Amino acid sequence: MLGRRSLFRKAPPVQVTSATLENTYDRRSFVIAGFGAGVGVLLASRMSYIAIAENEKYATEAESNRVNLSLIPPRRGWIVDRNGAPLASNRADFRVDVIPERMTRPEEELGVIRDVLGLDSAAMADLRERIDRTRGFRPVEIANGLSYEQFAALSVRLPNLPGVVPQRGYSRYYPTGPAVGHLLGYVGAASAEEYEEERNPLLITPGYKIGKDGLEKQFEQRLRGVPGARRVEVTATGRIVRDLETREDVQGKPVMLTIDGPLQDYAARRIGLESGSVVVMDCRTGDVLCMASMPSFDPNSFSDGIGRVEYAMLRDDERVPLRNKVLKGLYPPGSTVKPMVSMALLREGVDPEETVYCGGGLRVGNRVFHCWQRRGHGQVNMAKGIYQSCDVYFYHLAQRIGMDPIAAMARRCGMGQEFDLPVLSQFYGTVPDPAWKLEKYGTKWQAYDTVNATIGQGYMLANPLQLAVMAARLASGHHVEPHLLLGESEGEFPPADFADEHVALVRKAMSDVVNGPGTAGRARLPLEDVLMAGKTGTAQVVSLSRSDGRSGPWKYRDHGLFIFFAPYDNPRYAGAVVIEHGGGSGAAYPIARDVTTFLFDPQKGMEALHALEAQWGGTAQERLAARYADYASRAGEAAPPVPRREEDIFARVDAEARAAAMIPVTAATDAAVNRSDAPE
Amino acid sequence: MNSVIPAPIARQPWSMLLPLIVLVCFGAMVLFSAAGGHWQPFATSHLIRFAVFLLMASVMTLFPRDLVRFVSYPVYALLLVLLVAVEAIGAVGGGSQRWLDLGVIQLQPSELMKPAIVLVLARFYSGLPSGMITSWRALVPAAVLIAMPVGLVLLQPDLGTALSIMFGGVVVMFLAGLPMRWFISGGVAALVIAPIAYFFGLHDYQQRRVTTFLNPESDPLGAGYHITQSKIAIGSGGLFGKGFNEGSQSHLNYLPEPHTDFVFATMAEEWGLLGGLMVILIYGLIMRWGLSVARKSHDRFAKLLASGMVATMFFYVAINLMMVMGLAPVVGIPLPFMSHGGSSMMTNMICIGTLMMVNRWNSRAPRSRLS
Repeated sequence: MLGRRSLFRKAPPVQVTSATLENTYDRRSFVIAGFGAGVGVLLASRMSYIAIAENEKYATEAESNRVNLSLIPPRRGWIVDRNGAPLASNRADFRVDVIPERMTRPEEELGVIRDVLGLDSAAMADLRERIDRTRGFRPVEIANGLSYEQFAALSVRLPNLPGVVPQRGYSRYYPTGPAVGHLLGYVGAASAEEYEEERNPLLITPGYKIGKDGLEKQFEQRLRGVPGARRVEVTATGRIVRDLETREDVQGKPVMLTIDGPLQDYAARRIGLESGSVVVMDCRTGDVLCMASMPSFDPNSFSDGIGRVEYAMLRDDERVPLRNKVLKGLYPPGSTVKPMVSMALLREGVDPEETVYCGGGLRVGNRVFHCWQRRGHGQVNMAKGIYQSCDVYFYHLAQRIGMDPIAAMARRCGMGQEFDLPVLSQFYGTVPDPAWKLEKYGTKWQAYDTVNATIGQGYMLANPLQLAVMAARLASGHHVEPHLLLGESEGEFPPADFADEHVALVRKAMSDVVNGPGTAGRARLPLEDVLMAGKTGTAQVVSLSRSDGRSGPWKYRDHGLFIFFAPYDNPRYAGAVVIEHGGGSGAAYPIARDVTTFLFDPQKGMEALHALEAQWGGTAQERLAARYADYASRAGEAAPPVPRREEDIFARVDAEARAAAMIPVTAATDAAVNRSDAPE
Repeated sequence: MNSVIPAPIARQPWSMLLPLIVLVCFGAMVLFSAAGGHWQPFATSHLIRFAVFLLMASVMTLFPRDLVRFVSYPVYALLLVLLVAVEAIGAVGGGSQRWLDLGVIQLQPSELMKPAIVLVLARFYSGLPSGMITSWRALVPAAVLIAMPVGLVLLQPDLGTALSIMFGGVVVMFLAGLPMRWFISGGVAALVIAPIAYFFGLHDYQQRRVTTFLNPESDPLGAGYHITQSKIAIGSGGLFGKGFNEGSQSHLNYLPEPHTDFVFATMAEEWGLLGGLMVILIYGLIMRWGLSVARKSHDRFAKLLASGMVATMFFYVAINLMMVMGLAPVVGIPLPFMSHGGSSMMTNMICIGTLMMVNRWNSRAPRSRLS
């Protein structure tokens, strides 16, 4: 039986019957069932693998899908003045960001945004550029400070605007705008480079701004605070379902400055149409009360990025509104060094009553150095040398004592010094002496170099802060160091190694500049009981052959300088005013007068300012806004784009500043004639 | 029999019906959750549809064998005409469509073709003399019967349904006893043709689905999104799941189609591996019952019909589960008895009804009866 069957099987199945078909069916259905069972086992094991072995991985992914952790940008610490009034505060506002990667129809969406927010073509061009520049999912700020209506109008259109994120947040607010622009700097979204440097997720959180310049940048870590966090459950389309957990942010610590906010504002406004700076210090404590530099930019308008129109306007301005002139403006100090030179002469034993005859000039070598007063001053003693600013007196006596004691005294008074201030950079200028010249130019110091230096021309360069420190040290007789942070100063400075009678003499002479028969009679304070002392200075920028210093192209006019302190008999405040290309010291001391008036009698000071602002066409902030509107209407979208890195903007300005500062060195050394103090 | 239970009820195939009802109710719970914890719009209609189609299946059970044999060709022909009609309307109306709007219901002829191809082939092979099973006359007519609907469905284009029809047909041919070497050479030919078909026959979106299936992480926000999110849902469920109504993947819309094609992922997220194994087990029970029905029948037509229906259901289940677990490309095949959707419920209940019908024939007819 068995044998027959196997035999039958080996033979080819010629005859297929329904029985064999049933047999085949049974076998094959078994195969099918087995196959099905195999698939079942495969699926079961695959699922077990995913659910057990890879459970942790997928659980994490599900959680990261579900939960969106967003940082709440911390409110930035305030920057307050010495009385606690905010120079930089935060303002609750509405803002709108866009995450370019999430936009499905960018052009259409930007069109809607433009219509709702009323953006002009230049703003749109800026926005497009910022969008092109961003990487990955980094948000780009479209605008801040939206009105509630705009915010609401955008919010209702959100379903059609994927990637657009309107937010409630805080923006930095500088109440006095341009007045504090250079001092405080501004804030802005972190650039890609800044993020590379500090890989902090906070930096790429929408709406978070870091300090970009000035004190905002210097105190970044202190002002920053601790971000809050918000864990929310989100759907796949990013809609927030519910809040899971919120941790409040911790506001950054405030920075309290020695600056007197109203004074800073006053000084900045008082500079008016001129380009210059005002520094006022407390000469007992070294507190810097005011560090105004104008023209400036409005840091409020920089916080959502520097627009192309704004940038072009600021760049094209020959008055360099992006440069902090207090720290980075270097000027030949002109005759403002004469009190300091007098201290050097006294120290070297020159009798202050010794007279020099001024006939309008003095021959040094084969050149005649003129006095500003071509008619001559006649017999001049030290006091008259200061209050009449007689050049010949100093030409003569400086040659007697030589340059080294003068240079030493200049340094003792703070010139050429870099102060210990929390600022990003300061240019500290030059105090020339024979050793310096030999090293720098490889040539010997000449008598005419001394002559030039004693009247603050030639190689000598100083910034306005140094001039203010010089005034403070001469007035107080102490080694005053400037401070910007309140409470940092102990108030007691070591004596500056000046003899008391020398200080008294120089003080008296400086008072006579203003209150006596001096060069700045118009600087007399309109106050009964306070007398201001000072010293005028006119620094020549180019040789006389190019310009007479008072007219012609703005950038060839003389700088006007003034150092001052008040009250003269018991100095409390000291300062310096430098007006670039003001055409002489006459541009500077009226400002010093009004600022000092404001210190003692704000009412009187304001009256003077209001009268002037009525002529100029509004406050500094108003004029800047008007100028912007005017510029924007002319340039519009045609304005060239802003440099890619914001740092470049300021780096360029720094370089330009340094180059510009070098011009007087060459131009003015050749000048055989200077016009230190122009007569009234 | 037990006298307590009435005979008509006791007669029903409870070994299949009970797991099926459990599965459908479980499906309704999952759909309840997929709708965010509401009966509307999925769960209620799911249960109503099941009830209606169960009634339909019970009616089908009453059909006599000869009637079914008799109508198989006409039914096939009618569906073929409807498929052509769908194609024509699509061409006129612009853009492809898969259903005919009959006013009351939307009829998807390609769905009905799945059981119909099994029916017509079972009819064809049961009528074919045994001796001709190895000749070309066993192959060519069957191949034509399969090729016509498959071609029409591919034109729609609907790769999943086309494959499903082909699978049902080929399984019937296989079980009908066609020579093994034809299947082997057919398989080899398929291996050769597949790459060619991939490059020249598939639409762009179909090609992308295949490539992303091979590497879903390559495009996590694009075409691979479905597979990735489905795996996240299943994997994050773990052993016991996140709990009923607690699935974040489905509730927060990360999971695409949480109520249709990816209903298994929705379920697995909330019920975990245990829920998944239970579902697979129930499908296994239903299939095993179906195959046993086929095996018990000694009627060649009924045998092929029953096993073909099992194969059709199996194809649904296997491809859908492989898809949600990342073992197959996303082809848009729903999971029987759990996915929300009338067409697939109808097709699968036709399969179930057919099996119940064969089961009844078995109990009526003596085993010895041969055709």
